[in-house]
Order: sequence, then structure tokens, then C-alpha cells
Amino acid sequence: MIDTLIQGILLGGYYAVIACGLSFMFSVMRIINLAHGSLAVAAAYGLWLLASRFGISPFAGLLIVLPAMAAIGWLLQRYLLERSARGGALLPILTTFGLAIVIDNLMFEQFGADTRSLAPFIGSLSYDSWELPGGIYVGKLAVMTMATAIALLGGLQLFLSRFALGRAIRATAEDPDTAGLVGIDARKANALAAAIAMVTVGIAGAFLAMRATFDPYSGGPQLLFAFEAAVIGGAGSLWGTLIGGIVLGLAQSLGAKVHPQGFLIGGHVVFLAVLFARLFLVGTPIIGRIGFTKTGFAKIRAAIRSTP
Amino acid sequence: MTILSVQNLDVRHGLLQAVRDVSFDLAKGDVLALVGANGAGKTTLLRSLAGAHLPAAGRILLNDQELTLVPSHRRIAMGIALVPEGRRLFSQMTVEENLLLGKTSGRPGDWTIDRVFSAFPNLVPRRHAKTGHLSGGEQQATAIGRALMSNPDILLLDEVSLGLSPLVVDRVYAQLQSLLTSGTTIILVEQDLGRAMGVASRVICMLEGRVVLDSPVKNITRDQVTKAYFGLHRANTGRAAS
Ligand SMILES: Nc1ncnc2c1ncn2[C@@H]1O[C@H](COP(=O)(O)OP(=O)(O)O)[C@@H](O)[C@H]1O
Ligand SMILES: [Mg+2]
Repeated sequence: MIDTLIQGILLGGYYAVIACGLSFMFSVMRIINLAHGSLAVAAAYGLWLLASRFGISPFAGLLIVLPAMAAIGWLLQRYLLERSARGGALLPILTTFGLAIVIDNLMFEQFGADTRSLAPFIGSLSYDSWELPGGIYVGKLAVMTMATAIALLGGLQLFLSRFALGRAIRATAEDPDTAGLVGIDARKANALAAAIAMVTVGIAGAFLAMRATFDPYSGGPQLLFAFEAAVIGGAGSLWGTLIGGIVLGLAQSLGAKVHPQGFLIGGHVVFLAVLFARLFLVGTPIIGRIGFTKTGFAKIRAAIRSTP
Repeated sequence: MTILSVQNLDVRHGLLQAVRDVSFDLAKGDVLALVGANGAGKTTLLRSLAGAHLPAAGRILLNDQELTLVPSHRRIAMGIALVPEGRRLFSQMTVEENLLLGKTSGRPGDWTIDRVFSAFPNLVPRRHAKTGHLSGGEQQATAIGRALMSNPDILLLDEVSLGLSPLVVDRVYAQLQSLLTSGTTIILVEQDLGRAMGVASRVICMLEGRVVLDSPVKNITRDQVTKAYFGLHRANTGRAAS
């Protein structure tokens, strides 16, 4: 039992890492990025390419992939999201939905349907573990993932609250017109926020690819898990995202303990329970407030269906 | 010496022309009271001076430098700061954070957080409170402080007394007094004509987007301004123009 709890919490660390970018983009830019999972998978392919073709270790590969992701975030905001945002609140969501399809299919075309993994390129890290007292083993990679989640979310929180650039991003999120009046270049602030979000997506892609296998259509399930973690934690709160990830990880681990098929169901049940509790008890439908619409739900349903 | 020159400015909201052919020059240290009925175009004019709303025609010059099309975030760096109508604070952020945001442009000058707190002592205990939780007077003080943090050469104040009780308005003006006499160039939009003319050196009255009166305060009576305010100052004001 204790083992299940510990493994569940550590799994939650992974979910927190993948939810981080989604939650950040939502909380500071009010954009629900349905291409989140696909972009993470794209980063994973980037690392895999560097490792398999050029023999660059995935950790060194991050030094190349993360700046590339930042650039992609900047361009995405400047040339896609910013423009589509002028068409109303719904358009950016549709745009990212379309982007997800484009990315998935481009990857399919480039890399085929084979599943890949970074595990062969990180030596023993993918299966090494530490023994805790009581005969419980924790994977080194899982612990590293949890540490990364805490560092990432804590770092972002610190950046947003203590640094001038972070304040500028928050101010722009709240009121871009007034942000301009106090001297903030709102377009730049948003592009910077998108770049930061994409860096976290790149990190998420690295962990996705190190701990498991991925293929061109792995983005959907990753988006689903990220979304569940973010919503459980109260979309838009960074520390809440960590809690949300842990709750999701625990629910899945306990679900698997109850029934062999219970892994995903456990997570979905908790997600739905939290969602309905929010909608009906608290009365401030966080989802409704940000104009979340049928498209999002359809995408999630599709993701649920395509979850192995 | 002319610091700000507005020439034949037209500003539109879509089809609606809110500011029509407005021209005036402002000398350094002037305190201009901009008056006019609701909807006369005062807010639109100030927002276009601050760069938040670009004009359809005309020119704005600051120290003979063209800035008609310069966006707001660069204009504050050039020395024009607006205290917007309705205060427009970042409500999720604290008083201190709002003030720090005012420093974004990085203009050198004397204003610091501490100086704002000594100019508006009512803010001191609220330093770490979110501005959404402040009283109207505290919010207004924060909004003014935030604009001052950019060390502006020209300060635009849009209805600072809006929604405040008379007592609180007195207090805000008392706090503004040193500023009004310090040589900062100010454009002040104020509904209370008496108060506006009490602190200003010059008054401009707008009516339906046009300037209908422009005069030093000492050459004019309150009655004359009131007449212009309601469009009664001339029989043929051309009010039919549209
Ligand atoms: N955002 C806006 N969109 C459309 N029309 C506007 C907007 N803001 C103001 N107006 C119109 O422009 C005119 C001038 O408004 P405003 O500048 O707010 O006047 P004032 O500040 O003198 O009350 C009014 O007719 C008003 O209805
Ligand atoms: Mg107004």
C-alpha cells in the first residue's frame, strides 16, 4: 500500500511536469493550448533525432531543443495566436486544435508509426532505482522527474512574483491596454510568456520520452493527462498544478491496484469528480469562465478514446 | 517654451468621431483643465495623447518630436503618463507591485516607492494588499503613484475624483497640490468646474469633440466656461456638423 502511494506520488511528478506549460499558458495568457501534447512529442522527436543520429545525449540535447522550443513559442504567439486572438476567445483554441493535427501528421510523415524512446540513450537511468527502508524501490528517473516538477513550478512562481519581467507578463495577462500605458510592450510580454511555456513543454517531452515510448500520435493522451492534472489542481494556479498532478498519479495508481484496468479509469473518475464539484458546488465554473467550449471537450473525448 | 503640441487631431471609435480637429499647445509647467460634458471626447483625447488610441488624422509633437504613431508603451518612456479614467489598476497585484510596474519604462528621476508612500501616506499600511481590495481613495492614490513612478514630464489625469466621496476628493487634491505647483506639466480632466479652475492656469472646454473655449483661467469667469460647456457661448457654434 505504501509502495502504491509512493509510486503514485512520483507519477504525479511527471503529470505536474507535463501540466506545467498548459497551466502557465492558461493562467497568464488565457490560452488553452490543445497542441500542448503534440508539441511535447515534437520536442521528444527532436531529442530522439539528436541522440540516434548524432549521438548527443538527451540531457545535452536539451541545450539545443529547449532554445528551439522557446523560439517556436515566440513565433507561435507572434504569427498564430496573437492574430487568431483578434477573432475572439474561441479562435485561439481552434487554432491550437488545428495545429495539433498538423504537428501529429507531420511527425507521422517524417518518422512513421514506429514507437520510439529515449531510454536506450540514458544508460541505466531509465531502470535504476534507490531502495528505501522497508524494501520499497523508487526509480531514479521518477525522483528526478518529481524534483524537476518542483523546481520548474517553483521557479515559474518565483519568476512571476519577484521579477520585473514576470510582473509585466502578469500585468499583460490582466489588462493589456493598461499594461501598455505603464510602459509594457504587451506583444513582447505575451511572446515571452509563450516562449517560457514552450520551454517547459520541451522539458515535458524529454521526460515523456525517457520514461516510456512515444509515437506521432502520443500527444493526445499527454494533453489529456496534463489537462486533468491542471483542472484537478485548479487551472491556472502553479502550485495547484503540482497538487493536481499528484492527485492524478495517486488516483491512477490506486485505480490500478483495485482493478487491472483501473489505472486510467481511476484518473478520469477523480478528474470528473473534481470538475463536477467545481461546477456545481463552488459555482465558479473555471472552465466556463475562460470560455472553454465544446471543441475542448471533443478533443478530450477523442484523447480518451485514443488512450491505449 | 512649448512642450506638447497637438495639431488638428481627429480620433475615431469606428465610425464615431470622438475628437474633431483639436489643436492646442502646452508650455512647460502649464496646468491645463480640460472640461466638457460627458461624451465630449476628453477621455478619448487623453488616451490618444498617451498613445493608447491612435488618431485618425492630425499630429502630436513632444518637444518638437513627432510621436503621433508611437505606441503607448514607448510614449511613457518619452515622458507622457496617463492616470486613466476608472483607475485601471492591476487588481490581482499588490499596491507595491502596481507601483513597481510604473517603473517599467526606466525613465530616470526622483520618484521612488518611498516617495510615493510619503506623498500618499494612506497607502503605507496597504503596501502588500491587492489593489482590488482597496477603497476608492486608496486606489486613486495608487493609480497616481503608478503614473508618477515613470517620472513623467507631462501627467494626464482623467477624472481622478470619479466615484470618490467629497472628503476623499479633498484629500486626493491636497496630496496632488505639491505636484500641481511643482512645475510638472499637467492636463487635468475634472467634472467639478470650481475645483478645476482653482488649480489650473488654463482651461479648454470641449463640446462634441471640438474645442469650444481655450483661455487662461485668469481671463475668464466660471459663467463663461459653463456656457461653453453647454454650447451656449455662441449662437452659431456649428453644432449641426457631424
Ligand atoms: N471604446 C469606445 N467605443 C466606442 N465609442 C466610444 C468608446 N469610448 C468612448 N466612445 C464614444 O466617444 C465619445 C467620447 O467619449 P469620451 O472620450 O469617453 O468622452 P468624455 O471622457 O468626455 O466623457 C462618446 O460619444 C462615447 O460614446
Ligand atoms: Mg471620460
